[in-house]
Amino acid sequence: MTEAATALKTTPLHALHVELGARMVPFAGYDMPVQYPLGILKEHQHTREKAGLFDVSHMGQVRLTGADPAAVLETLVPGDITGLAQGRMRYTLFLNEQGGILDDLMVTNGGDHLFLVVNAACKEQDVAHLREKLAGKVEVELLDDLALMALQGPLAAEVMARFVPEAAGMKFMSCLSASFKGVPVILTRSGYTGEDGYEISCDKADAEMIARALLAEAEVEAIGLGARDSLRLEAGLCLYGHDIDTTTTPVEGALEWTLPKRRRAEGGFPGYDIIHRQLTGGATRRRVGIQPDGRQPAREHTEIQDANGNRIGEITSGGFGPTAGAPVAMGYVDIAHAALDTPLTLVVRGKPLPARVAATPFVPQRYYRG
Amino acid sequence: MTKKFTKDHEWVQVDGDVATVGVTDFAQSQLGDVVFVELPEAGRVLEQGKEAAVVESVKAASDVYAPVSGTVIEANQALVDDPSMVNSAAEGEGWFFRIQLKNASELDGLMDESAYKAFVEESN
Repeated sequence: MTEAATALKTTPLHALHVELGARMVPFAGYDMPVQYPLGILKEHQHTREKAGLFDVSHMGQVRLTGADPAAVLETLVPGDITGLAQGRMRYTLFLNEQGGILDDLMVTNGGDHLFLVVNAACKEQDVAHLREKLAGKVEVELLDDLALMALQGPLAAEVMARFVPEAAGMKFMSCLSASFKGVPVILTRSGYTGEDGYEISCDKADAEMIARALLAEAEVEAIGLGARDSLRLEAGLCLYGHDIDTTTTPVEGALEWTLPKRRRAEGGFPGYDIIHRQLTGGATRRRVGIQPDGRQPAREHTEIQDANGNRIGEITSGGFGPTAGAPVAMGYVDIAHAALDTPLTLVVRGKPLPARVAATPFVPQRYYRG
Repeated sequence: MTKKFTKDHEWVQVDGDVATVGVTDFAQSQLGDVVFVELPEAGRVLEQGKEAAVVESVKAASDVYAPVSGTVIEANQALVDDPSMVNSAAEGEGWFFRIQLKNASELDGLMDESAYKAFVEESN
């Protein structure tokens, strides 16, 4: 093992990944499974057809407590948090004063607290940001004793119901405190693959038991970060640090749906002036789906040109979509070229590759709507 | 027929003055699921150690270098149509291209099978 590898953190499921024959890679400071012996393609397809189990324990789980954490959190994010009913969750964004995105996150109303799931690479800075900006108003606790798994796919609900019968009736983007083979878990009906499924938060001491129980079900395979990435890309979902970052606003990132009417009108979140101006007057560039012609994938940082060879943007995520059966990508283009079906030229390894602006998701989302 | 290997994990099998080139089974296992290959066209002149083809897995693109110099005679169209052959038959049906050798002595600088095996084990 190299020096760099020894410095990597591990999740409570690390030994299980190694036992399952995973290929481990450094990711956001953790030694994580990128794929198992099945391979990325089959792992991807298995998740779309049956159910896949993902270790996402590297992500940050944060609890906010205080007098009114929802109102306080709204000073940092543009989402409707005060309107979130108990047991419901939503996707929102930490913004900076320029309207740039510091991280994307899930917020759940846990009744007497808010429960946040943030990106692994951002969790330390997110906690520091929360503590600095919300000092004296809320308690911010990074829940290092918890593990997090995702069970995703069309058969996830059927599998989960064998352990947690009440999980079957959960609505999309809701949460439930439950017992899984006698240990406490928090289930949310959510995920980041475009499929129906759950995220399972539990004590790290219980994680391996839960993972083994789920993997023992015939429908479930362990799925690595490689397939997680191709699944979320096909689903048209942003990867922080790639498709969105501190230089992109929610409007440029085509994330207007995270800006509800009340917040658009009232403001009160960082970067409001810029975002309000972009909402009313338009932004100069936009994140779009991109469909290359043929079978050659176009990767992140591929230059996008117009018909005259002018640089109009760059790909931020790209690869081969196993379910789409074709290359798929996302990137930013000048607003004049953002309309659906606009022809684009991608410069792949110095050669022009024809492409067009395409609708996302590339594969229909199958969230459980009840 | 002589089969030789490069440190970049290509194999080259020589029959007279014609060399068949592909990537090794070890290379395909490291690449993962291959979804696209770009092969050189017949007539293209390749130089030893320079880029000759591109292989793209689900995750990444990789260059394939010419193990020896020469002129491309034929590219494996079956591989273009079904890139997964790199995974299923890297050192057989999944060959990349055939070239007319320019300088057979270049082969002397490449590894034989036992040396390549040792090289792979060492780099692992």
